Amino acid sequence: MTSRILLPIVAMLALLASAIGMGASAAPTDEAFAKLASDQFAQIEQGIVELSAIGTPEAATVLEALSETKLFYAPDKSLVIKKSESQLVSPSGMVLSAAPAGLKQVRINNRVRRALESALGSLTLISPDPAKRKAAAEAVFKARDPLALPLITQALSRESDAGVKEAMVRARAAIVLASSDAADLERINAIDVLAEKGDQDVLALFSTVKTTAPASVKQAIDTAINTIERRLALLSSVQNALYGLSLGSVLLLAAIGLAITFGVMGIINMAHGEMVMIGAYTTFMVQEVVRARYPALFDWSLLIALPLAFLTAGAVGLVLERSIIRFLYGRPLETLLATWGVSLMLQQAVRSIFGPTNREVGAPAFMSGSVDLFGLTITSGRLWIIVFSLVVFVVLSLVLRATSFGLKMRAVTQNRRMAASMGIRTPWIDSLTFALGSGIAGIAGVALSQIDNVSPNLGQGYIIDSFMVVVFGGVGNLWGTLVAALTLGVANKFLEPLAGAVLGKIVVLVFIILFIQKRPRGLFALKGRAVEA
Amino acid sequence: MSRALYLRHDRLGLGFLLVLCALGVLVPVLNLALPVSSAWHVPTYAMSLMGKYVCYALLAVALDLVWGFCGILSLGHGAFFAIGGYAMGMYLMRQIGTRGVYGNPQLPDFMVFLNWKELPLTWFGFSSFGYAMLMVILVPGLLAFVFGWFAFRSRVTGVYLSIITQAMTYAMMLAFFRNDMGFGGNNGLTDFKDILGFNIQSQGTRACLFIASIIALAGCYLLARFMVHSAYGKVLIAIRDAESRSRFLGYRVEHFKLLAFTVSASMAGLAGALYVPQIGIINPSEFAPGNSIEAVIWVAVGGRGTLVGAALGAVLVNFSKTWLTGAMPEVWLFALGALFIVVTLFLPKGLVGTASHYLKQRRDRHNVLPAGHPIGEAR
Repeated sequence: MTSRILLPIVAMLALLASAIGMGASAAPTDEAFAKLASDQFAQIEQGIVELSAIGTPEAATVLEALSETKLFYAPDKSLVIKKSESQLVSPSGMVLSAAPAGLKQVRINNRVRRALESALGSLTLISPDPAKRKAAAEAVFKARDPLALPLITQALSRESDAGVKEAMVRARAAIVLASSDAADLERINAIDVLAEKGDQDVLALFSTVKTTAPASVKQAIDTAINTIERRLALLSSVQNALYGLSLGSVLLLAAIGLAITFGVMGIINMAHGEMVMIGAYTTFMVQEVVRARYPALFDWSLLIALPLAFLTAGAVGLVLERSIIRFLYGRPLETLLATWGVSLMLQQAVRSIFGPTNREVGAPAFMSGSVDLFGLTITSGRLWIIVFSLVVFVVLSLVLRATSFGLKMRAVTQNRRMAASMGIRTPWIDSLTFALGSGIAGIAGVALSQIDNVSPNLGQGYIIDSFMVVVFGGVGNLWGTLVAALTLGVANKFLEPLAGAVLGKIVVLVFIILFIQKRPRGLFALKGRAVEA
Repeated sequence: MSRALYLRHDRLGLGFLLVLCALGVLVPVLNLALPVSSAWHVPTYAMSLMGKYVCYALLAVALDLVWGFCGILSLGHGAFFAIGGYAMGMYLMRQIGTRGVYGNPQLPDFMVFLNWKELPLTWFGFSSFGYAMLMVILVPGLLAFVFGWFAFRSRVTGVYLSIITQAMTYAMMLAFFRNDMGFGGNNGLTDFKDILGFNIQSQGTRACLFIASIIALAGCYLLARFMVHSAYGKVLIAIRDAESRSRFLGYRVEHFKLLAFTVSASMAGLAGALYVPQIGIINPSEFAPGNSIEAVIWVAVGGRGTLVGAALGAVLVNFSKTWLTGAMPEVWLFALGALFIVVTLFLPKGLVGTASHYLKQRRDRHNVLPAGHPIGEAR
């Protein structure tokens, strides 16, 4: 893997070298070249090691050619690089007009290849690109080849980039620690350096070295391992918490629309998941159009999809309420069955239109990639979903609290007849509330299209979880939904390493079933007369 | 005691039992006695298909007992059905013996494949048919008892109960998908050979399984009918219509519900146990929440609170499913979805309920009955 990254840069170096024409090869280089021109693997390996210690661009050219099996040697032990069938050059970059007679390929076996890779790794330490240098330092860290020590010390003295320097210090420490010739004190110092930013790789290194190390070193290693393990445990629980929050915010997104339709209006909408699916397919359509017509806007496609998904899912919800649900108020079980029927029909409709396979929804540039947070790598998609779900939550709370529509909605929920007497058109408020809940589900679909497969079954996966969240949090209470979603998300992620993903989910489900026995109205129960109705 | 308890006054119930008897005799005879070339010959696959419908009808009757008469809309009856099926499947797996691919006399193939050394404790005793049948009845009943005891005691009712029963079957599905559970994971249990020493594929065994399903349906129908027409059943209906009022009248509502729920779950388990040998496989997808909801729509189509209607609905819906998924597969989900909507909006009493409503109206117009109707929807 590393060699694949390293090779191009070596090639670049080689080109650079041949362009400048650094032909002045010192004697040791020639000696090493002569060793390569052999059919003895041991000798070839020796030559590679020597070349990597020399570290000139010329050496790099030769090693790179060797790794691409383009290195040949003439009977007079001079090396020839076969750039293509017709183009032959010498290590110093001179173009040879005719192929010398009796050209033989320098052969490679596994041992040679290993030596070659580590040599190439060390040679890139002097690359002008800091990212490549860092990668090379990491490669050296993994290989721990004692012969790379002078090279890395040299590179370290010239290094200016802080990040690369750190990687090199670690690589150097790893070499020192691994070599049994180094003084104990030096090795202990190396342990301290390594322990500072210890990760799994360092732990692995420590445990290999520990078996052969003298007592004092062993002791230092033990202490270091303890510190690292404690830190890693802390890091992994922070990571679990973050993943849990991100899972929780997915749950929140899926459930928050339901918190309106089920929680506030008391409608069991089994087609809620399909509203999410409609939102996801709207995103897909928007992206298709953007890709085909306005490719420059691709990064904005999700933003464009948001209002459209809200409107589409909201419109479907409005039609659903007007045509079916309004005839079933007061008969919750029948509503459940009818909306289940609707969900089946919507699924089949989408399957007929878009086909049963997954549809590809791309991620815009600002959502791909990852963020480094205190040594944790978090994909930015996850972070955006956390932020997005919280924004949706806040906006929805504001709509309920601070707008006239929200006021009417709460009035109808609390006392329908009184609200009607005050001149509120309750049937329309019902329709609009249901459309709002469905529209929010559509918005959730936009976000979920980024992390889930956009298929006709998308909604099915969320319906039970969403109901669990709403019931757990307490009906008619947005805060309850928020707390429940985040709690369940975090609990799920913390159970996963203990019990496995599926068992963790089962445990959570069983917990909720038991919890509902204890508190049938959820975490944050509404109190008052409305509850008894 | 109500007149309706006596079967001879119950024309619908009597007719239902007679049809069952006729089917139970005619279908096997037409299958076994007639040559394949005969126009009246019933092919074996058709008999097994009918047997499957009968098992579904039994599940529907079980569901109607709790939903139609007690108002408990269980979205988890598919779980009881599947558990019964698994108990039967485990017995059938043990009967394979050394004829499996790996030829292990003790372990089913999937356990050998998973490198297990001995039979897990859950499989203890399943080589005996009697024990397996006991488990078919007991395990779903016990699960329903425990689940119901918790739920009814804390007065979880209505849609909350529906949702947690759905969560239950969902959780069970996830659990049975795991290989570590020791029930065959994804693939479930299949490749059955013998039942009670008879080849499970043979025509005669199929006929016997069909007859057994008919007998089970008739028996469970009679039991359910007895339950809902007895004094106990009157209280059950009172609970369905006004739970709080029944509680205030001094009835221990949760006990009444618990009995109905447990009996119903055992019936569902029995249905599953008869279903598995006729289908030849049981796997975790039987636990899928969709299946349980589909069973609810059978009851709704036929008419909740009619028992006979539930059985009829199960057969009708499943017959159309077989036909439609064969003829026009993409239409089936539309049809099923539309059925859910149409039935809830326009046929809240279902086919049998609506029909008997009209019949009664016509009869009432002719001769004015004395006050005091028979209880419930049944006549």
